[in-house]
Amino acid sequence: MAEVPRYFPRARLAELISVVQRAGFRVIGPRVDQGALVYREIDGVEDLPQGLTDEQAPGHYRLAANGTQRHFSWANGMSAIKPFVYAPRERLWRVDRDTHGIHFRPLMSIAPRTAILGVRACDLSALILNDAHFLRNLYPDPYYRLRRENLLLIAVNCSHAASTCFCASTGDGPEVSGGYDLLLNELEEGYLVHSGSPSGDEILQKLATARPSRRQLDQARHQLDACRQQQRAMPPAPRLTGLMSRLDHPSWDAVAEQCLACGNCTAVCPTCFCHREVEAPALDGQSSVHRRDWDSCFNEDHSYLVGMLVRPDIKTRYRQWMTHKLATWQEQYGRSGCVGCGRCTTWCPVGIDFVAQARRVLEDEA
Amino acid sequence: MEHKPKIAIHKFASCSGCQLAFVNMGEDLIELLQLVDLVHMAEVGSMAPEDQQVDIAFIEGSITTPHDVDRLLKIRANSACLITIGACATSGGIQALRNNADSGEWMRSVYAKPEFIQSLSTSAAIANHVKVDFELWGCPVSSRQMFTAIRTLLYGVPPLSLREKVCQECKRRGNVCILVTQDAPCMGPVTRTGCGALCPSFGAPCYTCYGPAEGVNTASFGQRLIGLGLHPDQVARRFASINNAAPAFSEATRLFAGEEGKS
Ligand code: SF4
Ligand code: SF4
Ligand code: SF4
Repeated sequence: MAEVPRYFPRARLAELISVVQRAGFRVIGPRVDQGALVYREIDGVEDLPQGLTDEQAPGHYRLAANGTQRHFSWANGMSAIKPFVYAPRERLWRVDRDTHGIHFRPLMSIAPRTAILGVRACDLSALILNDAHFLRNLYPDPYYRLRRENLLLIAVNCSHAASTCFCASTGDGPEVSGGYDLLLNELEEGYLVHSGSPSGDEILQKLATARPSRRQLDQARHQLDACRQQQRAMPPAPRLTGLMSRLDHPSWDAVAEQCLACGNCTAVCPTCFCHREVEAPALDGQSSVHRRDWDSCFNEDHSYLVGMLVRPDIKTRYRQWMTHKLATWQEQYGRSGCVGCGRCTTWCPVGIDFVAQARRVLEDEA
Repeated sequence: MEHKPKIAIHKFASCSGCQLAFVNMGEDLIELLQLVDLVHMAEVGSMAPEDQQVDIAFIEGSITTPHDVDRLLKIRANSACLITIGACATSGGIQALRNNADSGEWMRSVYAKPEFIQSLSTSAAIANHVKVDFELWGCPVSSRQMFTAIRTLLYGVPPLSLREKVCQECKRRGNVCILVTQDAPCMGPVTRTGCGALCPSFGAPCYTCYGPAEGVNTASFGQRLIGLGLHPDQVARRFASINNAAPAFSEATRLFAGEEGKS
């Protein structure tokens, strides 16, 4: 990370986007869709939200005008980077039958070079966890790797935390600490920019920037300080392993009364990675395409084992989701699987509060 | 050339929309007809009798007359595998709303000579009368699902039965949840997958076309709909739709209709 950032005024954000596009990347950025922010392809700065902030609460998400010119004055949207590296539905291979037998071949789609603009600290932490799962094992996932290697990450430090955010307590935010190519701090009148990689350097060199003023550096620091004041806090990781000795706690029954087992939480969670594999045979029976779809521990087939469901009811499925994410994940990947983004809480149709539920099981007062 | 499996599609009380899903397979239908013999399908004019032996019988529509029952028993006795297609055959359909009404009274108010009408007092799912080997839900069924079911059966394997919620597919498609952003009374969290999250993909709330999903929590979800501003009676009506007679939904209808009585 460059010690001293550079500065450019807001009017020049369009230039940053076109420099990235000219370098051969499609640009994904936040866009408004059905009342929320989601990462989608953008053509230019005119597709970005402006003067909007998000109001999030359990089961609730609204965008509201905040009277600024800012493009990034919100906490987060429904999805993070996950769908761009781990596709929700992906064709893996196909098999063809002819007179000589059956033949398998991989179906690797070409991964376009993709820049993601507006990546948050929690998203980057989640990406490191995705890497740990998909790449750092005996069988690295080639589909994931192809997309991952073609990413250019333009992070933006948060200037506002939603009521559902708790990244400060998990140690994942709000300040971006690494893993990016470029890092922006959005100010009232423009942006501070750091480069974090050789690709970031190349782009930064093509951009007209100036030395920032003392006041601008202070503004960036104050924004981050304000973001650290969050309403929710997850208990520390060592405490979370205690969930495993409370598998019979009555609050699992209470949450099961409310939970719909709909799996929205696992789908929006930036670190959930479970999938199922599905066969799609051609009607003539001569070929078949094998694909993988996002799955969820809330689905029955996820725990199907030789004629029985290991987790037959909502209680055991909810308990699996929480204990894996917060406790057993620590053994598996060296840290809790939760990066404090709050999405599972915001996007739960019945507004189950993930932090509050963990605290109830641990009998931990907030 | 080995034996070509025989397939029949029988119609009971229905709108024929599920047979149309079959016709809508387009080119795939031509391909399919090279693999199987379609011996009965009223919509296209082939009409083998009910006691013709077939490998797969698809049943569209619900059972509403004594004559339906006779036909169905004959079909079951002559089919190796019996599959229901669509909401009517699988749960009784929208017409099952009459199960809670006085059908005799209705008949007298509609027909000049009701004595000529021979009708049962209920609209029943096929499974209420005979053993069903596999169910394809939906209003209408998706042609993709029918075709996959036939293909899998031709391999001699039971078709895969996914019973997860519509929300799962909605999220795979990257849709923003309109329940969370707009308080829309979307039934995705209690409805079975199969449509590809069609309505939410166009910003419209789910209407339960594919019936109840596995492991639904209708009590909690209905309470949530009340929290979003629906009257308990409106909640009851959300459940009492195309699949109103599916047990999970009829129980939910009773639960929330009852709640209105209390309030
Ligand atoms: S568990 Fe919830 S808060 Fe934690 S990373 Fe997943 S979605 Fe975000
Ligand atoms: S916690 Fe919420 S989002 Fe997750 S399965 Fe339960 S109801 Fe759905
Ligand atoms: S829009 Fe409907 S189907 Fe989609 S996630 Fe929300 S509740 Fe589920």
